Amino acid sequence: MVSLDPIIRCSKLTKTYGQGESAVQALRGIELEAFAGELLMLVGPSGCGKTTLISVLSSLLDADGGECRVLERDLRSLSAAEKTAFRARSIGFVFQAFNLIPTLTAAENVAVPLLIQDMPRRAAVRRATEMLERVGIGDKAGKLPSQLSGGQQQRVAIARAIVHEPRLVVCDEPTSALDHQTGERVLKLLRENALRDGRTLVIVTHDHRIFPYADRIAQMDDGRVVSVQRPSEKSQ
Amino acid sequence: MMYVALRMLLGDRAKYFGLIFGLTFASLVLTQQSAVFLGLMTRTFGAITDTGVADIWVMDPKVQYIDDIKPMSDTALLRVRGIEGVDWAVPLYKSLLKARLENGNFQSVNVFGLDDATLAGGPHTMLEGRVEDLRMSDAVIVDSVGAQGKLAKPPSKPGGKPTPLHVGDSLELNDRRAVVVGICKVSRTFQSQPVLYTTYSRATTFAPHERKMLSFILVKAKPGIAEADLCARIRERTGLEAYEKETFIEKTMGYFMKYTGIPINFGTAVALGFVVGVAIVAQLFYSFTLENLRYFATLKAMGASNFRLLRMILLQALLVGATGYGIGVGLASLFGYSFRDTELAFRLPWQLLLGSAGAVMVICALSAALSLLKVVRLEPAVVFKA
Repeated sequence: MVSLDPIIRCSKLTKTYGQGESAVQALRGIELEAFAGELLMLVGPSGCGKTTLISVLSSLLDADGGECRVLERDLRSLSAAEKTAFRARSIGFVFQAFNLIPTLTAAENVAVPLLIQDMPRRAAVRRATEMLERVGIGDKAGKLPSQLSGGQQQRVAIARAIVHEPRLVVCDEPTSALDHQTGERVLKLLRENALRDGRTLVIVTHDHRIFPYADRIAQMDDGRVVSVQRPSEKSQ
Repeated sequence: MMYVALRMLLGDRAKYFGLIFGLTFASLVLTQQSAVFLGLMTRTFGAITDTGVADIWVMDPKVQYIDDIKPMSDTALLRVRGIEGVDWAVPLYKSLLKARLENGNFQSVNVFGLDDATLAGGPHTMLEGRVEDLRMSDAVIVDSVGAQGKLAKPPSKPGGKPTPLHVGDSLELNDRRAVVVGICKVSRTFQSQPVLYTTYSRATTFAPHERKMLSFILVKAKPGIAEADLCARIRERTGLEAYEKETFIEKTMGYFMKYTGIPINFGTAVALGFVVGVAIVAQLFYSFTLENLRYFATLKAMGASNFRLLRMILLQALLVGATGYGIGVGLASLFGYSFRDTELAFRLPWQLLLGSAGAVMVICALSAALSLLKVVRLEPAVVFKA
């Protein structure tokens, strides 16, 4: 259920890469809100600033101007160490290329966010195995990523993104490396698991086939959010 | 997270073994070459350590090292004996003389002439006979390596093996007969000449006659007398030079270090081992880090601090360092042990083990530093680039 409290509130957010004549303005005054329990998709053509925006939202990148409050924190006021701790506690990531460590088993990969928070290894792997069961691949806990299919690897990545119960999950093109059917299954899984407990899910995607899974879709163009619509409105 | 670091390292077997190989090679070359160098250096002062009973060596002030003999007058011994604090003082003759072998060949031998009365400064370990047998007529004691090698009797038939010298055999020194009464074990000499012990008075008859024959005076300090003070007193009263045993060792070693070029020759090999070690390990370690950069960025994005990543990389460097060092030093030790009773000079004291451990750690630190720099500068936002 979507809450009325904004988890993300961006106002006049700007970000420029480079200086002088070679400067590229990636974000030109972003206005955006996302709420607890909401699945928000960021869509738009390549180079419109989607990746820069999620990098700023997840405190991986600093904005140049404007305001960005995430989970009641002004990201621009946080020190580097505070941002690192903030990411460890409050944000989960799902990457386009999964980014699973190839020498760790599925369970160990899922346990990484817990290990970063200094949970003992045994307890972390036990909890990671439970999480793998929740996403339907409990029997693959001992397998290396190379022994899993693309869909199974993305399930591991989803389990890793939510195992430490973050309040915000950021996904970058989570279905681009998957076939349509697997992509749909992954989206269902994300909705079922990542949106639990009032979590917010921000997904960057080009894949229009998964738009129906969104609560709202923010259309971006040339560094701006040009519209925010419900999927039904967008399809019209 | 340290577990993750280890799994990342050990999971890539090819890289891991490559790193271990590089460090093993570096550690082996560093340790083995340094041990051979130390072994050779030890041979330069072997005669001093073998003459274990004396605290102080007295000699002509112009002497630069143990083999640089500048004979003193016999009266110097009496003057030294008269100095307060001297418990006892005995003469020592040392010279390189030519021995004539049974087949007519000549062989240079290091001759030590011991005090006739006390035989002080004689060999520690007798393999055949006794030191006291030197009191017999024409008696000499020969070292075992010389007896089996350069002083051995020629084979009885062509192509046969030489027969080692034994008690009862004889040789000629300066046209005088010398009878072997004992075989001893001594430190090898720097130039690998056989060592021959006899009494002081007999040694002076073996040697071509000179006005002065006394090479060194061995001195024992009275209990409670500081050796350094006694050396100073001997210098002051006699005008001769007096060194504590350790100082004389340092002086001898210093001479060889300065004038023989050995340090630079071995130094080049050691430096080469170090440079090759750094090159191999740094390159492999850096490429290992580069290959894992995506995962380090992922960890950084997920909230792993720079400090935590640094600890992970240092742990990886430490593990390959310790393993490579262990195997390298093990191989070097095995090498030394396998050639223990041969001409190979090899000495592996704990200080050398510590030194090569330090060098390997420097190699690892330099290699890790490149990787650390890369990871610290890594922008975590790169995780969103496919």
